[in-house]
Amino acid sequence: MQFFLNLTLGGIASGMIVAAVALGLVLIFRSTNVVNFAQGAMAMITTYVAYGVLRDGADYWLGFVVALAAGLVFGAVTQIVVIRPVQNKSPLNAIIVTFGFLILLEGLAGAIYGGTNRVFPAPFSVVGQKLGGTQIAFSPFDVFTVVAVLVLMVGMLAVFRGTDLGLRMRAVAFAPETARLLGVRVRPLLTLGWALAVSAGALAALLVVPTAQLTPNFMDVILIYGFTAAVVGGLDSPVGALVGGLVTGLSLAYVGGYLGGSLEPMAALALVIVSLMIRPEGLFSRPAPRRV
Amino acid sequence: MPVLEIDDLSVSYGAVHALTDVTFAAAEGEVTAVLGANGAGKTTLLRAISGLVRPRKGTIRYDGEPLEKMSVEKIVRHGVAHVPEGRSVIEEMTVEENLRLGALWRFGRRERGAVLDEVYELFPPLSGRRRQHANTLSGGERQMLTIGRALVSRPKVLLLDEPSLGLAPIVTAQLMTVLRDLTASSKLIVVLVEQNARSSLSIAKRAVVINLGRVVVCDDAATVAGDTELRHHYLGY
Repeated sequence: MQFFLNLTLGGIASGMIVAAVALGLVLIFRSTNVVNFAQGAMAMITTYVAYGVLRDGADYWLGFVVALAAGLVFGAVTQIVVIRPVQNKSPLNAIIVTFGFLILLEGLAGAIYGGTNRVFPAPFSVVGQKLGGTQIAFSPFDVFTVVAVLVLMVGMLAVFRGTDLGLRMRAVAFAPETARLLGVRVRPLLTLGWALAVSAGALAALLVVPTAQLTPNFMDVILIYGFTAAVVGGLDSPVGALVGGLVTGLSLAYVGGYLGGSLEPMAALALVIVSLMIRPEGLFSRPAPRRV
Repeated sequence: MPVLEIDDLSVSYGAVHALTDVTFAAAEGEVTAVLGANGAGKTTLLRAISGLVRPRKGTIRYDGEPLEKMSVEKIVRHGVAHVPEGRSVIEEMTVEENLRLGALWRFGRRERGAVLDEVYELFPPLSGRRRQHANTLSGGERQMLTIGRALVSRPKVLLLDEPSLGLAPIVTAQLMTVLRDLTASSKLIVVLVEQNARSSLSIAKRAVVINLGRVVVCDDAATVAGDTELRHHYLGY
Protein backbone atom coordinates (compact mmCIF):
# COMPACT_ATOMS: atom_id res chain seq x y z
CA MET A 1 0.00 0.00 0.00
CA GLN A 2 2.78 2.38 0.97
CA PHE A 3 4.59 1.46 -2.25
CA PHE A 4 1.47 2.28 -4.26
CA LEU A 5 1.08 5.58 -2.43
CA ASN A 6 4.66 6.52 -3.12
CA LEU A 7 4.29 5.66 -6.80
CA THR A 8 1.14 7.78 -6.94
CA LEU A 9 2.84 10.77 -5.34
CA GLY A 10 5.83 10.45 -7.64
CA GLY A 11 3.48 10.09 -10.60
CA ILE A 12 1.65 13.28 -9.67
CA ALA A 13 4.89 15.26 -9.39
CA SER A 14 6.27 14.02 -12.70
CA GLY A 15 2.81 14.31 -14.25
CA MET A 16 2.74 18.02 -13.44
CA ILE A 17 6.05 18.49 -15.25
CA VAL A 18 4.76 16.54 -18.23
CA ALA A 19 1.65 18.74 -18.13
CA ALA A 20 3.78 21.88 -18.40
CA VAL A 21 5.56 20.45 -21.46
CA ALA A 22 2.21 19.45 -22.95
CA LEU A 23 0.80 22.90 -22.27
CA GLY A 24 3.61 24.43 -24.31
CA LEU A 25 2.88 22.06 -27.20
CA VAL A 26 -0.86 22.77 -26.96
CA LEU A 27 -0.42 26.56 -26.90
CA ILE A 28 1.62 26.42 -30.08
CA PHE A 29 -0.48 23.82 -31.84
CA ARG A 30 -3.81 25.45 -31.25
CA SER A 31 -2.74 28.94 -32.26
CA THR A 32 -0.41 28.15 -35.15
CA ASN A 33 -1.19 24.52 -36.08
CA VAL A 34 2.48 23.67 -35.73
CA VAL A 35 3.70 20.66 -33.75
CA ASN A 36 6.81 22.04 -32.08
CA PHE A 37 9.34 19.21 -31.89
CA ALA A 38 11.95 21.71 -30.71
CA GLN A 39 9.97 22.44 -27.51
CA GLY A 40 12.31 20.32 -25.34
CA ALA A 41 15.50 21.51 -27.00
CA MET A 42 14.46 25.14 -26.62
CA ALA A 43 13.81 24.56 -22.93
CA MET A 44 17.23 22.90 -22.70
CA ILE A 45 18.82 26.09 -24.08
CA THR A 46 17.01 28.31 -21.58
CA THR A 47 18.21 26.02 -18.80
CA TYR A 48 21.81 26.40 -19.97
CA VAL A 49 21.30 30.17 -19.91
CA ALA A 50 20.10 29.94 -16.32
CA TYR A 51 23.02 27.62 -15.55
CA GLY A 52 25.40 30.31 -16.81
CA VAL A 53 23.84 32.83 -14.44
CA LEU A 54 23.96 30.45 -11.46
CA ARG A 55 27.55 29.40 -12.16
CA ASP A 56 28.53 33.04 -11.71
CA GLY A 57 27.22 32.78 -8.18
CA ALA A 58 23.77 34.26 -8.57
CA ASP A 59 20.82 33.35 -6.38
CA TYR A 60 18.69 30.38 -7.54
CA TRP A 61 15.61 32.56 -7.99
CA LEU A 62 17.47 34.93 -10.27
CA GLY A 63 18.37 31.94 -12.44
CA PHE A 64 14.74 30.82 -12.30
CA VAL A 65 13.47 34.18 -13.56
CA VAL A 66 16.23 34.38 -16.17
CA ALA A 67 15.21 30.98 -17.57
CA LEU A 68 11.56 31.97 -17.87
CA ALA A 69 12.42 35.34 -19.41
CA ALA A 70 14.84 33.67 -21.81
CA GLY A 71 11.97 31.36 -22.79
CA LEU A 72 9.74 34.35 -23.62
CA VAL A 73 12.40 36.01 -25.76
CA PHE A 74 13.59 32.79 -27.39
CA GLY A 75 10.02 31.78 -28.26
CA ALA A 76 9.20 35.17 -29.78
CA VAL A 77 12.41 35.35 -31.82
CA THR A 78 11.99 31.76 -33.04
CA GLN A 79 8.44 32.44 -34.18
CA ILE A 80 9.48 35.54 -36.10
CA VAL A 81 12.68 34.21 -37.64
CA VAL A 82 12.12 30.48 -38.08
CA ILE A 83 8.39 29.80 -38.11
CA ARG A 84 6.84 32.81 -39.83
CA PRO A 85 8.40 32.00 -43.24
CA VAL A 86 6.78 28.54 -43.25
CA GLN A 87 3.56 29.51 -41.46
CA ASN A 88 1.19 29.48 -44.40
CA LYS A 89 2.83 26.65 -46.29
CA SER A 90 2.04 22.96 -45.94
CA PRO A 91 2.04 21.83 -42.26
CA LEU A 92 4.76 19.32 -43.13
CA ASN A 93 7.19 22.19 -43.77
CA ALA A 94 6.74 23.55 -40.27
CA ILE A 95 7.12 20.08 -38.75
CA ILE A 96 10.38 19.51 -40.58
CA VAL A 97 11.60 22.98 -39.61
CA THR A 98 10.93 22.41 -35.89
CA PHE A 99 12.51 18.97 -36.08
CA GLY A 100 15.57 20.42 -37.76
CA PHE A 101 15.66 23.15 -35.13
CA LEU A 102 15.71 20.46 -32.42
CA ILE A 103 18.76 18.79 -33.97
CA LEU A 104 20.45 22.15 -34.54
CA LEU A 105 19.95 23.29 -30.94
CA GLU A 106 21.17 20.03 -29.42
CA GLY A 107 24.19 20.10 -31.72
CA LEU A 108 24.95 23.70 -30.77
CA ALA A 109 24.59 22.98 -27.06
CA GLY A 110 26.91 19.99 -27.45
CA ALA A 111 29.46 22.11 -29.30
CA ILE A 112 29.39 24.90 -26.72
CA TYR A 113 28.95 23.05 -23.42
CA GLY A 114 30.10 19.54 -24.30
CA GLY A 115 28.23 16.39 -23.37
CA THR A 116 29.24 16.34 -19.72
CA ASN A 117 26.54 16.01 -17.09
CA ARG A 118 26.22 19.15 -15.03
CA VAL A 119 24.50 19.42 -11.69
CA PHE A 120 21.77 22.02 -11.59
CA PRO A 121 20.65 23.11 -8.11
CA ALA A 122 17.16 22.83 -6.67
CA PRO A 123 15.63 25.51 -4.43
CA PHE A 124 14.28 22.88 -2.06
CA SER A 125 15.38 19.43 -0.95
CA VAL A 126 14.77 16.71 -3.54
CA VAL A 127 14.78 13.97 -0.88
CA GLY A 128 11.51 12.44 0.32
CA GLN A 129 10.26 13.29 3.80
CA LYS A 130 9.47 11.23 6.83
CA LEU A 131 5.86 11.74 7.85
CA GLY A 132 4.83 10.16 11.16
CA GLY A 133 7.44 7.43 10.93
CA THR A 134 6.75 6.41 7.33
CA GLN A 135 8.93 7.43 4.44
CA ILE A 136 6.94 9.42 1.86
CA ALA A 137 8.43 9.75 -1.64
CA PHE A 138 7.31 13.33 -1.97
CA SER A 139 10.04 15.89 -1.48
CA PRO A 140 9.64 19.60 -0.77
CA PHE A 141 10.81 20.11 -4.36
CA ASP A 142 7.91 17.94 -5.54
CA VAL A 143 5.56 20.22 -3.62
CA PHE A 144 7.19 23.19 -5.35
CA THR A 145 6.76 21.42 -8.71
CA VAL A 146 3.05 20.88 -8.21
CA VAL A 147 2.50 24.44 -6.99
CA ALA A 148 4.56 26.00 -9.80
CA VAL A 149 2.69 24.15 -12.56
CA LEU A 150 -0.67 24.85 -10.93
CA VAL A 151 0.19 28.55 -10.78
CA LEU A 152 1.17 28.42 -14.46
CA MET A 153 -2.10 26.70 -15.41
CA VAL A 154 -4.31 29.00 -13.34
CA GLY A 155 -2.46 32.04 -14.66
CA MET A 156 -2.95 30.94 -18.27
CA LEU A 157 -6.62 30.20 -17.61
CA ALA A 158 -7.10 33.63 -16.04
CA VAL A 159 -5.51 35.30 -19.05
CA PHE A 160 -7.47 33.27 -21.61
CA ARG A 161 -10.85 33.53 -19.87
CA GLY A 162 -10.67 36.88 -18.17
CA THR A 163 -8.84 39.36 -20.38
CA ASP A 164 -9.31 41.01 -23.75
CA LEU A 165 -5.90 39.72 -24.77
CA GLY A 166 -7.01 36.19 -23.94
CA LEU A 167 -10.22 36.66 -25.92
CA ARG A 168 -8.16 37.73 -28.94
CA MET A 169 -5.77 34.80 -28.52
CA ARG A 170 -8.62 32.31 -28.35
CA ALA A 171 -10.25 33.87 -31.40
CA VAL A 172 -7.03 33.55 -33.36
CA ALA A 173 -6.67 29.94 -32.22
CA PHE A 174 -10.22 28.90 -33.10
CA ALA A 175 -10.96 31.00 -36.18
CA PRO A 176 -8.03 33.02 -37.52
CA GLU A 177 -9.83 34.42 -40.54
CA THR A 178 -12.90 35.47 -38.58
CA ALA A 179 -10.61 37.06 -36.00
CA ARG A 180 -8.93 39.15 -38.70
CA LEU A 181 -12.30 40.24 -40.07
CA LEU A 182 -13.15 41.47 -36.58
CA GLY A 183 -10.05 43.62 -36.51
CA VAL A 184 -7.74 41.36 -34.47
CA ARG A 185 -4.09 41.85 -35.41
CA VAL A 186 -3.07 38.24 -35.73
CA ARG A 187 0.71 38.35 -36.23
CA PRO A 188 1.78 39.75 -32.83
CA LEU A 189 -0.56 37.30 -31.11
CA LEU A 190 1.12 34.33 -32.81
CA THR A 191 4.48 35.62 -31.60
CA LEU A 192 3.11 36.03 -28.08
CA GLY A 193 1.72 32.49 -28.17
CA TRP A 194 5.15 31.09 -28.98
CA ALA A 195 6.75 33.22 -26.27
CA LEU A 196 4.36 31.91 -23.61
CA ALA A 197 4.70 28.31 -24.81
CA VAL A 198 8.48 28.29 -24.74
CA SER A 199 8.41 29.93 -21.33
CA ALA A 200 6.15 27.11 -20.10
CA GLY A 201 8.70 24.67 -21.51
CA ALA A 202 11.47 26.52 -19.68
CA LEU A 203 9.58 26.07 -16.41
CA ALA A 204 9.18 22.35 -17.08
CA ALA A 205 12.93 22.06 -17.74
CA LEU A 206 13.75 23.83 -14.46
CA LEU A 207 11.56 21.29 -12.66
CA VAL A 208 13.16 18.31 -14.41
CA VAL A 209 16.79 19.29 -14.29
CA PRO A 210 17.63 18.99 -10.54
CA THR A 211 16.89 15.25 -10.58
CA ALA A 212 18.09 14.61 -14.14
CA GLN A 213 21.31 16.63 -14.55
CA LEU A 214 21.94 19.09 -17.34
CA THR A 215 23.01 17.66 -20.71
CA PRO A 216 22.17 18.74 -24.27
CA ASN A 217 19.51 16.04 -24.56
CA PHE A 218 18.09 15.87 -21.04
CA MET A 219 14.66 17.02 -22.29
CA ASP A 220 14.29 14.39 -25.03
CA VAL A 221 12.43 11.77 -23.00
CA ILE A 222 10.26 14.28 -21.18
CA LEU A 223 9.26 15.75 -24.56
CA ILE A 224 8.01 12.33 -25.65
CA TYR A 225 5.96 12.14 -22.46
CA GLY A 226 4.73 15.64 -23.17
CA PHE A 227 3.52 14.52 -26.60
CA THR A 228 1.85 11.53 -24.99
CA ALA A 229 0.04 13.83 -22.58
CA ALA A 230 -0.99 16.21 -25.36
CA VAL A 231 -2.38 13.35 -27.44
CA VAL A 232 -4.24 11.89 -24.45
CA GLY A 233 -5.68 15.23 -23.40
CA GLY A 234 -6.29 16.67 -26.87
CA LEU A 235 -3.77 18.73 -28.81
CA ASP A 236 -5.81 21.92 -28.61
CA SER A 237 -6.97 21.86 -24.99
CA PRO A 238 -4.99 23.45 -22.12
CA VAL A 239 -7.14 21.60 -19.56
CA GLY A 240 -6.43 18.44 -21.54
CA ALA A 241 -2.73 19.13 -21.15
CA LEU A 242 -3.06 19.10 -17.35
CA VAL A 243 -5.21 15.97 -17.19
CA GLY A 244 -3.16 14.26 -19.93
CA GLY A 245 0.00 15.10 -17.99
CA LEU A 246 -1.34 13.55 -14.80
CA VAL A 247 -2.64 10.45 -16.62
CA THR A 248 0.72 10.03 -18.32
CA GLY A 249 2.74 10.68 -15.14
CA LEU A 250 0.71 8.25 -13.07
CA SER A 251 0.61 5.51 -15.72
CA LEU A 252 4.36 5.69 -16.19
CA ALA A 253 4.97 5.68 -12.44
CA TYR A 254 2.89 2.50 -12.00
CA VAL A 255 4.52 0.81 -14.98
CA GLY A 256 7.96 1.81 -13.73
CA GLY A 257 7.21 0.68 -10.19
CA TYR A 258 5.52 -2.64 -10.85
CA LEU A 259 7.00 -3.72 -14.19
CA GLY A 260 10.39 -2.04 -14.31
CA GLY A 261 11.68 1.41 -15.19
CA SER A 262 13.02 0.41 -18.59
CA LEU A 263 9.44 -0.16 -19.79
CA GLU A 264 8.38 3.47 -19.18
CA PRO A 265 9.10 4.87 -22.67
CA MET A 266 7.36 1.88 -24.24
CA ALA A 267 4.37 2.38 -21.94
CA ALA A 268 4.17 6.01 -23.15
CA LEU A 269 3.97 4.85 -26.75
CA ALA A 270 1.36 2.24 -25.81
CA LEU A 271 -0.65 5.00 -24.14
CA VAL A 272 -0.49 7.06 -27.35
CA ILE A 273 -1.68 4.13 -29.45
CA VAL A 274 -4.53 3.21 -27.11
CA SER A 275 -5.56 6.85 -26.84
CA LEU A 276 -5.56 7.32 -30.60
CA MET A 277 -7.62 4.14 -31.06
CA ILE A 278 -10.25 4.93 -28.44
CA ARG A 279 -10.47 8.72 -28.58
CA PRO A 280 -8.33 10.13 -31.37
CA GLU A 281 -9.34 13.75 -30.72
CA GLY A 282 -8.19 13.50 -27.10
CA LEU A 283 -10.16 13.67 -23.87
CA PHE A 284 -10.84 17.39 -23.81
CA SER A 285 -10.65 18.53 -27.39
CA ARG A 286 -13.90 19.95 -28.63
CA PRO A 287 -14.08 18.84 -32.23
CA ALA A 288 -16.28 21.61 -33.54
CA PRO A 289 -18.10 20.42 -36.61
CA ARG A 290 -17.09 22.90 -39.28
CA ARG A 291 -19.70 23.56 -41.89
CA VAL A 292 -18.19 24.84 -45.08
CA MET B 1 -21.99 61.46 -49.50
CA PRO B 2 -19.62 58.52 -48.94
CA VAL B 3 -19.82 55.73 -51.46
CA LEU B 4 -18.17 52.38 -51.99
CA GLU B 5 -16.82 52.35 -55.52
CA ILE B 6 -15.60 49.22 -57.24
CA ASP B 7 -13.82 50.07 -60.44
CA ASP B 8 -12.58 47.68 -63.10
CA LEU B 9 -11.91 44.99 -60.48
CA SER B 10 -10.35 41.68 -61.56
CA VAL B 11 -9.43 38.80 -59.28
CA SER B 12 -7.77 35.54 -60.31
CA TYR B 13 -6.96 32.33 -58.48
CA GLY B 14 -3.96 31.23 -60.49
CA ALA B 15 -5.18 30.77 -64.06
CA VAL B 16 -8.84 30.95 -63.06
CA HIS B 17 -10.44 34.35 -63.50
CA ALA B 18 -12.92 34.70 -60.67
CA LEU B 19 -13.85 38.32 -61.42
CA THR B 20 -13.27 40.32 -64.60
CA ASP B 21 -13.62 44.10 -64.90
CA VAL B 22 -16.30 44.46 -62.25
CA THR B 23 -17.53 48.04 -61.84
CA PHE B 24 -20.34 49.33 -59.63
CA ALA B 25 -20.98 51.68 -56.76
CA ALA B 26 -22.95 51.27 -53.53
CA ALA B 27 -24.43 54.29 -51.81
CA GLU B 28 -25.13 55.22 -48.22
CA GLY B 29 -28.46 54.23 -46.71
CA GLU B 30 -29.07 51.68 -49.45
CA VAL B 31 -28.88 47.94 -49.85
CA THR B 32 -27.07 46.91 -53.00
CA ALA B 33 -27.89 43.34 -53.90
CA VAL B 34 -25.26 41.26 -55.69
CA LEU B 35 -26.95 38.35 -57.41
CA GLY B 36 -25.84 35.41 -59.49
CA ALA B 37 -25.58 31.65 -59.64
CA ASN B 38 -23.12 29.45 -57.74
CA GLY B 39 -19.56 30.21 -58.76
CA ALA B 40 -20.44 33.56 -60.30
CA GLY B 41 -17.81 35.26 -58.13
CA LYS B 42 -20.05 36.88 -55.53
CA THR B 43 -18.10 35.65 -52.51
CA THR B 44 -14.82 36.54 -54.18
CA LEU B 45 -16.11 40.08 -54.65
CA LEU B 46 -16.74 40.47 -50.90
CA ARG B 47 -13.42 38.85 -50.02
CA ALA B 48 -11.65 41.33 -52.30
CA ILE B 49 -13.40 44.30 -50.67
CA SER B 50 -12.47 43.16 -47.15
CA GLY B 51 -8.89 42.40 -48.19
CA LEU B 52 -8.93 38.61 -47.81
CA VAL B 53 -7.96 38.23 -51.48
CA ARG B 54 -5.86 40.67 -53.47
CA PRO B 55 -7.24 41.95 -56.78
CA ARG B 56 -5.18 41.44 -59.92
CA LYS B 57 -6.19 44.87 -61.09
CA GLY B 58 -8.73 47.59 -60.43
CA THR B 59 -9.57 49.76 -57.44
CA ILE B 60 -11.85 49.59 -54.42
CA ARG B 61 -12.55 52.95 -52.82
CA TYR B 62 -14.53 53.90 -49.78
CA ASP B 63 -15.15 57.63 -49.36
CA GLY B 64 -12.39 58.25 -51.90
CA GLU B 65 -9.81 56.17 -50.02
CA PRO B 66 -8.32 53.19 -51.87
CA LEU B 67 -8.69 49.92 -49.93
CA GLU B 68 -7.25 47.41 -52.36
CA LYS B 69 -3.74 47.38 -50.90
CA MET B 70 -4.66 47.67 -47.23
CA SER B 71 -4.42 44.78 -44.76
CA VAL B 72 -7.63 43.14 -43.57
CA GLU B 73 -7.21 44.57 -40.06
CA LYS B 74 -6.80 48.08 -41.45
CA ILE B 75 -9.80 47.83 -43.76
CA VAL B 76 -11.90 46.84 -40.74
CA ARG B 77 -10.67 49.97 -38.99
CA HIS B 78 -11.89 52.02 -41.92
CA GLY B 79 -15.40 50.87 -41.11
CA VAL B 80 -15.84 47.92 -43.45
CA ALA B 81 -17.39 44.88 -41.74
CA HIS B 82 -17.57 41.57 -43.59
CA VAL B 83 -19.97 38.86 -42.44
CA PRO B 84 -18.71 35.76 -44.22
CA GLU B 85 -20.81 32.92 -45.52
CA GLY B 86 -21.54 29.90 -43.34
CA ARG B 87 -22.46 31.69 -40.13
CA SER B 88 -18.95 32.09 -38.87
CA VAL B 89 -19.74 32.22 -35.19
CA ILE B 90 -16.85 31.08 -33.02
CA GLU B 91 -18.52 28.01 -31.55
CA GLU B 92 -16.05 27.57 -28.72
CA MET B 93 -16.97 30.98 -27.31
CA THR B 94 -20.11 32.26 -25.66
CA VAL B 95 -22.54 34.59 -27.41
CA GLU B 96 -21.30 37.51 -25.34
CA GLU B 97 -17.64 36.72 -26.06
CA ASN B 98 -18.37 36.63 -29.78
CA LEU B 99 -19.96 40.06 -29.56
CA ARG B 100 -17.22 41.49 -27.33
CA LEU B 101 -14.64 40.34 -29.83
CA GLY B 102 -16.30 42.45 -32.50
CA ALA B 103 -16.19 45.55 -30.31
CA LEU B 104 -12.64 45.15 -28.98
CA TRP B 105 -10.73 47.35 -31.37
CA ARG B 106 -13.39 50.04 -31.46
CA PHE B 107 -14.55 50.56 -27.90
CA GLY B 108 -13.01 50.64 -24.44
CA ARG B 109 -14.26 48.41 -21.64
CA ARG B 110 -16.75 50.97 -20.36
CA GLU B 111 -18.53 51.72 -23.63
CA ARG B 112 -18.76 48.09 -24.67
CA GLY B 113 -21.68 47.22 -22.41
CA ALA B 114 -23.92 49.83 -24.01
CA VAL B 115 -22.90 48.82 -27.53
CA LEU B 116 -23.64 45.16 -26.81
CA ASP B 117 -27.01 46.08 -25.32
CA GLU B 118 -27.99 47.69 -28.62
CA VAL B 119 -27.37 44.38 -30.39
CA TYR B 120 -29.40 42.48 -27.78
CA GLU B 121 -32.20 44.96 -28.37
CA LEU B 122 -31.97 44.49 -32.13
CA PHE B 123 -31.88 40.69 -31.82
CA PRO B 124 -33.80 39.78 -28.63
CA PRO B 125 -33.26 35.99 -28.95
CA LEU B 126 -29.55 36.53 -28.33
CA SER B 127 -30.19 38.36 -25.10
CA GLY B 128 -31.30 35.27 -23.19
CA ARG B 129 -28.35 33.27 -24.44
CA ARG B 130 -25.46 35.56 -23.53
CA ARG B 131 -23.58 32.99 -21.49
CA GLN B 132 -24.29 30.01 -23.75
CA HIS B 133 -21.71 28.66 -26.12
CA ALA B 134 -22.41 29.70 -29.68
CA ASN B 135 -22.58 26.06 -30.83
CA THR B 136 -25.93 25.77 -29.03
CA LEU B 137 -27.57 28.40 -31.23
CA SER B 138 -30.04 27.70 -34.02
CA GLY B 139 -29.29 28.68 -37.60
CA GLY B 140 -31.22 31.92 -37.37
CA GLU B 141 -29.63 32.86 -34.07
CA ARG B 142 -26.18 32.20 -35.49
CA GLN B 143 -26.94 34.57 -38.33
CA MET B 144 -28.14 37.19 -35.85
CA LEU B 145 -24.94 36.72 -33.89
CA THR B 146 -22.63 37.13 -36.88
CA ILE B 147 -24.49 40.22 -38.06
CA GLY B 148 -24.65 41.61 -34.53
CA ARG B 149 -20.94 40.94 -34.09
CA ALA B 150 -20.25 42.98 -37.21
CA LEU B 151 -22.54 45.79 -36.06
CA VAL B 152 -20.92 46.27 -32.63
CA SER B 153 -17.98 47.97 -34.30
CA ARG B 154 -20.41 50.54 -35.76
CA PRO B 155 -19.35 49.92 -39.35
CA LYS B 156 -20.13 52.21 -42.26
CA VAL B 157 -20.01 49.45 -44.85
CA LEU B 158 -21.59 46.07 -44.18
CA LEU B 159 -20.77 43.16 -46.49
CA LEU B 160 -23.17 40.24 -46.09
CA ASP B 161 -22.53 36.88 -47.70
CA GLU B 162 -25.66 34.72 -48.09
CA PRO B 163 -27.29 35.62 -44.77
CA SER B 164 -30.43 33.66 -45.69
CA LEU B 165 -28.58 30.42 -46.45
CA GLY B 166 -30.36 27.53 -44.75
CA LEU B 167 -32.87 29.72 -42.92
CA ALA B 168 -36.61 29.15 -42.86
CA PRO B 169 -38.49 31.59 -45.14
CA ILE B 170 -40.10 33.36 -42.19
CA VAL B 171 -36.74 33.87 -40.48
CA THR B 172 -35.30 35.17 -43.74
CA ALA B 173 -38.16 37.64 -44.04
CA GLN B 174 -37.59 38.91 -40.48
CA LEU B 175 -33.88 39.24 -41.11
CA MET B 176 -34.45 41.20 -44.30
CA THR B 177 -36.80 43.60 -42.52
CA VAL B 178 -34.23 44.22 -39.79
CA LEU B 179 -31.59 44.82 -42.43
CA ARG B 180 -33.70 47.27 -44.39
CA ASP B 181 -34.58 49.34 -41.31
CA LEU B 182 -31.02 49.27 -40.07
CA THR B 183 -29.60 50.39 -43.40
CA ALA B 184 -31.92 53.39 -43.52
CA SER B 185 -31.59 54.40 -39.87
CA SER B 186 -27.80 54.10 -39.52
CA LYS B 187 -26.96 55.28 -43.04
CA LEU B 188 -25.14 52.04 -43.77
CA ILE B 189 -23.77 50.98 -47.11
CA VAL B 190 -24.91 47.35 -47.39
CA VAL B 191 -23.62 44.99 -50.04
CA LEU B 192 -25.84 41.94 -49.87
CA VAL B 193 -24.71 38.82 -51.71
CA GLU B 194 -27.54 36.37 -52.20
CA GLN B 195 -28.72 33.45 -54.23
CA ASN B 196 -32.16 34.09 -52.84
CA ALA B 197 -32.82 36.84 -55.39
CA ARG B 198 -36.46 37.40 -54.55
CA SER B 199 -35.99 38.30 -50.89
CA SER B 200 -32.88 40.39 -51.42
CA LEU B 201 -34.45 42.34 -54.29
CA SER B 202 -37.36 43.14 -51.99
CA ILE B 203 -35.13 45.27 -49.74
CA ALA B 204 -32.48 46.41 -52.23
CA LYS B 205 -32.35 49.75 -53.97
CA ARG B 206 -29.80 48.70 -56.54
CA ALA B 207 -28.95 45.29 -57.96
CA VAL B 208 -25.82 43.96 -59.62
CA VAL B 209 -26.13 40.65 -61.47
CA ILE B 210 -22.89 38.74 -61.94
CA ASN B 211 -22.38 35.81 -64.27
CA LEU B 212 -19.06 33.95 -64.60
CA GLY B 213 -17.22 36.83 -62.99
CA ARG B 214 -18.62 39.61 -65.15
CA VAL B 215 -21.30 42.16 -64.42
CA VAL B 216 -24.30 41.43 -66.62
CA VAL B 217 -26.68 44.03 -65.29
CA CYS B 218 -26.30 46.90 -62.87
CA ASP B 219 -29.59 48.71 -62.39
CA ASP B 220 -32.36 49.66 -59.97
CA ALA B 221 -33.57 46.64 -58.01
CA ALA B 222 -37.13 47.27 -59.12
CA THR B 223 -36.10 47.23 -62.78
CA VAL B 224 -34.20 43.97 -62.35
CA ALA B 225 -37.12 42.39 -60.48
CA GLY B 226 -39.45 43.50 -63.25
CA ASP B 227 -37.35 42.10 -66.10
CA THR B 228 -38.85 38.64 -66.53
CA GLU B 229 -36.37 37.47 -69.14
CA LEU B 230 -33.37 38.52 -67.06
CA ARG B 231 -34.83 36.86 -64.00
CA HIS B 232 -35.42 33.58 -65.83
CA HIS B 233 -32.01 33.65 -67.36
CA TYR B 234 -29.78 34.55 -64.43
CA LEU B 235 -31.79 34.46 -61.23
CA GLY B 236 -33.81 31.30 -61.70
CA TYR B 237 -37.27 32.50 -60.76
